Amino acid sequence: MNPLLLWFHKLGSPPYFYRLAGRLLPWLWALALAGLALGLYGGLFVAPRDYQQGDAFRIIFVHVPCAWMSLFVYFFMAANGFIALVWRIKLSETLAMAAAPIGAAFTFICLATGSIWGKPMWGTWWTWDARLTSELVLLFLYLGVIGLYHAIEDRRQAARAAAFLALIGIVNLPIVHFSVNWWNTLHQGSTVKLFGPSLIDARMLWPLLTMAVATKFLFAASLLSRARVDLLELESGKDWVRQIALAEEPRA
Amino acid sequence: MSYGTATSACRAVFVRDFGLVWRRRGDALNPVLFAIMVVALFPFALGPEPKALQQISAGAVLVALLLAGLLSLDALFRSDLEDGSLEQLVLSPHPLALLLACKIAVHWLTTALPLLLVAPLLGEMLYLPRPVLGTLMAALALSTPLLSLIGAVCVALTVGMRRSGMLLALLVLPLYVPVLIFAAGACNAAQQGLPTLAPLLWLGAALALALVLAPLACAAALRISLN
Repeated sequence: MNPLLLWFHKLGSPPYFYRLAGRLLPWLWALALAGLALGLYGGLFVAPRDYQQGDAFRIIFVHVPCAWMSLFVYFFMAANGFIALVWRIKLSETLAMAAAPIGAAFTFICLATGSIWGKPMWGTWWTWDARLTSELVLLFLYLGVIGLYHAIEDRRQAARAAAFLALIGIVNLPIVHFSVNWWNTLHQGSTVKLFGPSLIDARMLWPLLTMAVATKFLFAASLLSRARVDLLELESGKDWVRQIALAEEPRA
Repeated sequence: MSYGTATSACRAVFVRDFGLVWRRRGDALNPVLFAIMVVALFPFALGPEPKALQQISAGAVLVALLLAGLLSLDALFRSDLEDGSLEQLVLSPHPLALLLACKIAVHWLTTALPLLLVAPLLGEMLYLPRPVLGTLMAALALSTPLLSLIGAVCVALTVGMRRSGMLLALLVLPLYVPVLIFAAGACNAAQQGLPTLAPLLWLGAALALALVLAPLACAAALRISLN
């Protein structure tokens, strides 16, 4: 068998994934914390004041990466849900369900920071603008997935039902992303562009991109930590879990 | 052994479901009564001035009908699950999506259509401007089948649970938001004398998409939750 394919099959086995994640976790946490520290330092101290908004604009170094993550995590959850439904890979069910609370947290932080910024800048905590409304619907979708997962007794069936709901909700992702172009409401368009030059000063751009990378690592670290615990719970009767439990016992 | 054609299977589903509704025809009026009562709450809460009520009339009727539809969704598969006929549907050799589309159609005809017929009365209770009524009815005719189809998928996901009412609302309402936005958008445009065609066409496009995809999704969801 192709070595890459073999590795992929091995990755799907819970004991192998558990050990691999355990080895990766310290690195991921370290990279995430270092990246967050660097990005926040760059954003809060190094980047110049905005000519119009003063220091208030600095909240974008939290707000924008969280908004990107809210979409990225949903896509990750739905993609894993698709894999779980089509190929019945147990690990994908666990990953999809472990990602849901993290994504909900990013979405909540994005909405909260936006509203804190909106009070001095727009003069209101909340407005029924297309971007804000679709992001709020995204939060509700996350909560629906989490609620459905916890309402069904059988863990694997619950994960499959919730993964299916996540797949239906994916129609909301393009609405959130393109809402600033489709509807001309209060929220501004994007200033950071993947293709072509960005409309933001380079001294403000690098902390933003650092934060974007750091939140990816934060997500990966948090996801693997949650997935490890979920796997232990899911497989609690299996031999490999019993061995881990026995190894932990003398220390406790 | 022959199973009969898919057409005869669909006819059997239609006859059975209509028969069941006809035997308990008193229950079929409940969503209508619910919608009337919800609309009657608005004058109590906001005061009886026609001007204030007129402002919110189209939106209030839309929300009342949406909530009445949400409450009746739970009954879509409930009795079939209890008497075991839902498993028989899943096991039948005919395409499950087609049979479910028939069930959803009967459900729409028996719960949403009476609501649609009573909508002009509800509008009148809140002094809905006469020119807006046509747009409101068009928006309702396009959006209520859409709501039934989207709702059926979510009901199929929660079908095995005993107390699924609150959870069902949590799953369904985020998906209802875009439908409500376009339906209300058409009514608001009519109230201001603007063209209403664009939001109605959006609703029609979404309905065409849902008519094809929702029964398939509903069948897949039902297979997950019946396992």
